[in-house]
Amino acid sequence: MPGNLRVQAISGHSGAAPGSGAQRQERVAKLIDTTTCIGCKACEVACLEWNDLPFRETAFDNTYQTMPQTAWNYWNLIKFNEHTAADGSFHWLMRKDQCMHCADPGCLAACPADNAIVQYQNGIVDFQQEYCIGCQYCVTGCPFNIPRFNPATKKMFKCTLCTDRVSQGLEPACIKACPTGCLHFGTKEDMTALAQTRAQQLRQHTAHTNAGVYDPAGVGGTSVIYVLHDIANPEAYGGLPANPRVPWAVRLWKGPLKWLGNVAMIGGLIGVTLHYLRFGPKKVEEHGK
Amino acid sequence: MGAGGAVACVLGFDLKPAYAQARDLKISRTTETRSTCPYCSVSCGIIIHTLGDKAKNVTPQVVHVEGDPDHPINRGTLCPKGSSLQQDIDNPRRLLKPQVRRPGSDHWEDIEWDSAIDEIARRVKKTRDDTFVEKDAQGRTVNRCEGIAWNGGCTDTNEFNYLVVKSMRSLGVCYLENQARV
Repeated sequence: MPGNLRVQAISGHSGAAPGSGAQRQERVAKLIDTTTCIGCKACEVACLEWNDLPFRETAFDNTYQTMPQTAWNYWNLIKFNEHTAADGSFHWLMRKDQCMHCADPGCLAACPADNAIVQYQNGIVDFQQEYCIGCQYCVTGCPFNIPRFNPATKKMFKCTLCTDRVSQGLEPACIKACPTGCLHFGTKEDMTALAQTRAQQLRQHTAHTNAGVYDPAGVGGTSVIYVLHDIANPEAYGGLPANPRVPWAVRLWKGPLKWLGNVAMIGGLIGVTLHYLRFGPKKVEEHGK
Repeated sequence: MGAGGAVACVLGFDLKPAYAQARDLKISRTTETRSTCPYCSVSCGIIIHTLGDKAKNVTPQVVHVEGDPDHPINRGTLCPKGSSLQQDIDNPRRLLKPQVRRPGSDHWEDIEWDSAIDEIARRVKKTRDDTFVEKDAQGRTVNRCEGIAWNGGCTDTNEFNYLVVKSMRSLGVCYLENQARV
């Protein structure tokens, strides 16, 4: 494994990955300050360039957005949202939409393929395309609608948080490009502190008295955190869920039901064996003799 | 493994070695060349990553361009145009020969360098002869050519801009602009 990425959890595995937690690794995070984003899309281009993603057709939907949503080969999209505030004033709400790298990733919980989704100890959740079986369960598991299917290769793709760069001590490509400094990268601890400072500054010195930090607890916190003008209304930012959770169906299916199924299967095997020992093989009586 | 392995698998244990793999850093051993973004007059510092280590038998090709963190102007950042600079160099749609779009035409056609230069010279001469103003309304000598304007491109060098100013001024062109701020 290149770099110093240590595995925390692997899809298709029960419990912790072998050796995880033996060594300390700092969690990293992206901080996106939506109040200083100007929608220049430098992060979109930097993402495409770094990840060698080819040019793709874009769709015009009467906004300045490059396309309606992210695609399998377009992992990072600025969502342009027209918003009318309570006082009738017009605002642009621009949000960089990409994988949130949840601490409790729904995609990983839902994934049945061994090793197809990996969570590293620094918080990055990455798809391993060579192990992906293309079942798209991760789409069901993700509360942010991020994993995308490539119909040609039958594999899932999403933002990798530039694992190749971060594992070598570099910042992600989008963060480096951002010319307004609305994107920041560092440890989760530092980014949280910076976000809180910025939100407080907004509350005290601007009209955004309800500014806050978006780091949803429903998915255990995320490695991509936002500073929002109005923390009470994340939906206004192009469908950012107010309280994202891993769907209960995934939790049930991959939790109690999986173990119940295993117990039923083992119980059946034991029952069959006991029945055989007690009553012996089945004798077929021939009729009419 | 046998039966024990089968039971372990059923119980959700996987006996295969667990390993994930991240991609290698694509610029880990590329040659880094510092340069200046050619687009606007902000003149951000960039680092151009090329294939190979400048050994004799290698033809370097640009594989990645990103901002120069040591440059005082942009400190590593780039705008969307600057971020796409790799495609400025390595691009099948890059223009490698002169083309002309005739008046009223809707398409570009190829033209030889010699005939292009001849044609430009002929048109410059004709336009200048037609629009040259020797004296203004009050009879003062001005010697200006108002029918031609020059707009310099962002990739023009200082030396090129110097030549442009000298040659255009000699024709009497007043509407003269370039991006010599880079």
